[in-house]
Amino acid sequence: METGSPRDTGPAGTGRTARAAEPVGAGDEPVWIALPPGLLKMRRLLLVVWLGLLTLATGVVPGLLAGPGWAAFAVLPLALLLWGWVMLERNWRSWRYAERADDLLISRGVLWRQETVVPYGRMQLVEVTSGPVERHFGLSSVQLHTAAAATDATIPGLDPAEAERLRDRLTELGEARSAGL
Amino acid sequence: MTTPDVHEDVRGRPPVTERRLHPVTPFRRAWAPVAVLIGWALHDPDQAQRQLTRLTTTTLLIALAVLVPAAALYGFLSWWFTHFAVTDSELRIRTGLVFRRTAHIRLERIQAVDVTQPLLARVAGVAKLKLDVIGTDSKDELAFLGADEARALRAELLARAAGFAPETAHEVGEAPSRQMLRVPPGVLAVSLLLTGATWGWLIVACVAVPLLWTATHSLWTVLAAAVPMLGAAGASSVGRFVTEYDWTLGESPDGLRIDHGLLDRAHETVPPGRVQTVRLVEPLLWRRRGWVRVELDVAGSSNSLLLPVAPRELAESVVARVLPGVSVPPREALVPPPRRARWCVPVWWRGYGLTVTDAVFAARHGLLRRSLALVPHAKVQSVRLVQGPWQRARGVADVVVDTGANKSVTAHLRDAAEAAALLHAQAERSRTGRRDARPDRWMA
Repeated sequence: METGSPRDTGPAGTGRTARAAEPVGAGDEPVWIALPPGLLKMRRLLLVVWLGLLTLATGVVPGLLAGPGWAAFAVLPLALLLWGWVMLERNWRSWRYAERADDLLISRGVLWRQETVVPYGRMQLVEVTSGPVERHFGLSSVQLHTAAAATDATIPGLDPAEAERLRDRLTELGEARSAGL
Repeated sequence: MTTPDVHEDVRGRPPVTERRLHPVTPFRRAWAPVAVLIGWALHDPDQAQRQLTRLTTTTLLIALAVLVPAAALYGFLSWWFTHFAVTDSELRIRTGLVFRRTAHIRLERIQAVDVTQPLLARVAGVAKLKLDVIGTDSKDELAFLGADEARALRAELLARAAGFAPETAHEVGEAPSRQMLRVPPGVLAVSLLLTGATWGWLIVACVAVPLLWTATHSLWTVLAAAVPMLGAAGASSVGRFVTEYDWTLGESPDGLRIDHGLLDRAHETVPPGRVQTVRLVEPLLWRRRGWVRVELDVAGSSNSLLLPVAPRELAESVVARVLPGVSVPPREALVPPPRRARWCVPVWWRGYGLTVTDAVFAARHGLLRRSLALVPHAKVQSVRLVQGPWQRARGVADVVVDTGANKSVTAHLRDAAEAAALLHAQAERSRTGRRDARPDRWMA
């Protein structure tokens, strides 16, 4: 199975129905959900397209103008491409989120790790966005806004159905636990 | 079937009386064209001289005959088309000559009310009134109202926001205020003399100006460098003295009252439960005298000062009034980061400290200029744990709490396991801390 990182293959594939049946319990151990592989595919494609073009340009243009030896410059963007290929996967694996009884957890980052906790009652607005490229790959992002602009709670690259489910659930929970400033 | 009902309903409601601003309002921008002309003349004196000689009496008269009535008409119309009204739950402002703009400001959402009187407005006996709600800006202030009218309107708005019955809100009047603290001008002056910024700028100016003079021998270069430096020194000493003069802190059922200013007077009211963060700042040179400066954050408000200078004990008692049930944790209660944090932030790690009480999240930073930030748990919007690669190698992490005033308070370099536990515990406290908070309508 390709979905999610090795440690939580279960919830990513089957968790949706299972969680709908029994709500996440007392919140002792969060049930982490990884991102679907579509986001990785999209980011890798973008990387290959842009850096591939750059590799071609740095290889062909100096090669034609200044001699074949200069085409060696193409190694730089190529190395960047290979490095980015690996890094994108590490970054994608690091993204995960968990809906607990009273708050949403989002964890991300490989070198610069960040974990955000947003109590449902503090949510002011839930936003689902999807750009043209994202739409082509069937992806949406969910963004949570609280009264604090510094709250950076975005989950990118979700399946649109999952994004809508999450939006509805968050809105519902937010209403139930709503509080002022 | 439904239409008559709706009609009946609309007719049944008490009519909303719309009011206009004070008639001097159109004159508030009268100085702008004059200032532009003076600025132009100063900027390019030769050109101005030549243009002036070309002006004949006739052209001048024609220009005046066109410009003055046009400006007067614009001023009059923009005043005529600006209305405001107070309903049971909203302040409505309707304005705009060409582009219409209607703002409905919900009263239970108000975070603070400011009545300010710039110097000229004091002469004319008028005042500005502004409601701080998240998202309002300078367009939503009522400028100008008669000074008495502004006070009455403030009292009415606060009474309605507090949840008094709509019929009586008009007659409730000003809530009685009890003075808590007044900063004597002498203390304020000494405290500003002991502020590093002024002396820093003066020293920089004393060093830079002779250096520049020996290097360039150009008067203009020296002036261009010296004027901003002296300006900064002036702003951080004289400027602050003028705004913070006669700083009076009062307490009333409607919340905190802050009055200050030598030339421009400002009167702020912060209703109960609106304060998101309180910071006690202790500059190096104040420490011997035991003075602190208290700052506060209120969502949507530009003011961030609660007390310019006060003895520590007094400041702590004020904080206890502002955040009910909170006592400022003593210095020993703040737990410093583990010793290995010195590899992440060499010397300054000693300035960091954190303690979490039942009511607040308190984080300190700064070695010379100590600053202790207190965030009530109920005001925490989200909690973040941030860890860079270098911090991970040393087993430490930062915990950041975000408040509704768009400020974040960071507990720097905590032990990684402690930080992870703190992240979840703080989120839990943020959720439960709200339960015993007072309602938005504080008198209801």
